Amino acid sequence: MERQPLVEMRSIYKAFGGVHALEDVTVDLYAGEVVGLVGHNGAGKSTLIKILSGVYGADSGRIFIDGQEVTIRNPRDARGHGIETIYQNLALADNLDAPANIFLGREIMRGISLNEDAMEAESRKVLNRLRISVPSLRESVLNLSGGQRQAVAIGRAIYFNARILIMDEPTAALGPQEARQVGELIKQLKGQGLGIFLISHDIHDVFDHADRISVLKTGRLVGTVRTAEVTKDDVLTMIIAGTLPGKTQGNAAVAGG
Amino acid sequence: MSVETTAPRQTPAEAPPPARFGRVNVFQRFAAWAGFDTRLMGMVAALAVIWVGFHLQTGLFLTPRNLWNLMVQSSVVGVMVGGMVLVIVARQIDLSVGSVLGFVGMVMAFMQVQVFPLEVWWNPLATILIGLSLGALIGAFHGYVVAYLEVPSFIVTLGSLLAFRGGAWLVTSGRTMAPLDTTYQIFGGGINGSIGATWSWVGGLAAIVILVWYFVSSRARRRKYGFTVRPLWGEFLVIAINVGFVAGFVQLMNSYPFPGTTVPRGLPVPVLMMLGLGILMSTVLRSTRFWRYVFAIGGNPEAARFSGIPTRRITLVVFVIMGVLAAIAGIIATARLNAGTNSAGELAELSVIAAAVIGGTSLSGGVGSIPGAMIGAVLMESLRNGMVLMDLPSALQNVVQGAVLVLAVWLDVVYQRYRRR
Repeated sequence: MERQPLVEMRSIYKAFGGVHALEDVTVDLYAGEVVGLVGHNGAGKSTLIKILSGVYGADSGRIFIDGQEVTIRNPRDARGHGIETIYQNLALADNLDAPANIFLGREIMRGISLNEDAMEAESRKVLNRLRISVPSLRESVLNLSGGQRQAVAIGRAIYFNARILIMDEPTAALGPQEARQVGELIKQLKGQGLGIFLISHDIHDVFDHADRISVLKTGRLVGTVRTAEVTKDDVLTMIIAGTLPGKTQGNAAVAGG
Repeated sequence: MSVETTAPRQTPAEAPPPARFGRVNVFQRFAAWAGFDTRLMGMVAALAVIWVGFHLQTGLFLTPRNLWNLMVQSSVVGVMVGGMVLVIVARQIDLSVGSVLGFVGMVMAFMQVQVFPLEVWWNPLATILIGLSLGALIGAFHGYVVAYLEVPSFIVTLGSLLAFRGGAWLVTSGRTMAPLDTTYQIFGGGINGSIGATWSWVGGLAAIVILVWYFVSSRARRRKYGFTVRPLWGEFLVIAINVGFVAGFVQLMNSYPFPGTTVPRGLPVPVLMMLGLGILMSTVLRSTRFWRYVFAIGGNPEAARFSGIPTRRITLVVFVIMGVLAAIAGIIATARLNAGTNSAGELAELSVIAAAVIGGTSLSGGVGSIPGAMIGAVLMESLRNGMVLMDLPSALQNVVQGAVLVLAVWLDVVYQRYRRR
């Protein structure tokens, strides 16, 4: 990949109180690529993506999108740069219906009124594009299955032409069949040229989908490897011991520390 | 209303709700198809049972005179309950509404009687503007402390419950302010406080025209987007029920004459205010971004924040609306009594919260409806009215009202558990 990266996060630092959540972490992501972020609980995966999605500000470090340095102060800024996040807890308002969730914060208006019909019609289009059927769009998402809810969350991201998708444990709450569906969605979105950060506990999940894997341990980047060039055991060693296998990628960041 | 997509559902395990409504499926489907809210229908049924029960006990309940009075009595709580729905939906509570009503009412009565000359045209206007601003200010204060200083609303408004009741006393050191301006008294629904038969019918017809226009235009819009619509006869049936309800209500309000005459009073002004505010909130306000955001905050505050919704500002506005509505209720209460007293609105917070909860507002946030809450207000007031007709002592009335509040919340808990399985 000699092209310019879609996203580059350089030397990100973040501390909560006295605890260093992230120290000198550098990751990048290309268009049409899935990068897996793995590590134990508290390794800093979620903090890292929350900085990219505007939930937290970094203490220091720089973020580049298409080679241009950007400042992301809040979720709105992130969305402005085409960054969409699908959170682990789905971040859906259970009491609202699918269109309300898909358009939350970016409603289609008719004067001062919400244009509910237009949002319903657009929602149906985007869910059809994901090949996921939701029986009733006017029902609160509380009554939808896990897979359907995930589709609503993804639909919400792609409707606004996200270029960078952050998926935090997208299959954690799903049954095997629904997890497969989400896997299909990831392939589909990748094929459409999106860059995807995939965060997962499940090493098999990451191996199935990711082109490259960045491993974090206690707030530091252990390294970034090409999925095709390593084994699951190599990655597990990185996660647990924090040491690189022999064959790291040439342009990968060096182990922190 | 439901829109079926073509693809089949994946597995039986994830087939959505119908199964859980097994026993009442046909009824549920009919209600959904007709656009009726089953919970709302249940409440109307409960109201009917209460009314008939009291009538059988007293023989006085279902008379035009009593129902006319019942509507006027309901207006104080009915005006405030819409605001309480928003407050509770946004996962907050406001325990201070009764005291704010009392305080603002007292300030208005004081300005009207002691500061401004009585019976000049600008007196009621000026006092009302002062009252509404004061209500907004108090609401903004509550909202600011809750949203920005992050003090739980339960505590903030519990403090205000005490403080503003004291404030109401301090305005005049406990003296009652009376009599009030004649024009101002219109808002109380007294002898000059209703609009007469002709204007009542004009208003009723206007409401009917708007209703029909609403049904026709929303059908046309759904057509345009290719959504399913009801069969034509069903549409007519739904319109007929709504029109019949409006016409029946106007006729009822026109059946109570002035004392010693056959001249009908027509719609009382406070009832018009209650209905006007209720309709405004459940149509115009309901279709705004603001409304959607209040519900989103109630459903999942984190999701709301991640979606870039200014949650603090929205919470602040919710409390401002509540404060203004408490002030309007203060106008009605003082005008009706023709006096400002420091005890006005005592325990009103209880009725308002109970009305909202009975009307389907969930204390866990995110769920609530204005029409439901308005019916809840009428229901609470029906209990009080009926118990007065039965000559029950007020101590016993309080016991019943307190019990009804707890019962309503318990039913809500059961309902929520049932919904989530």
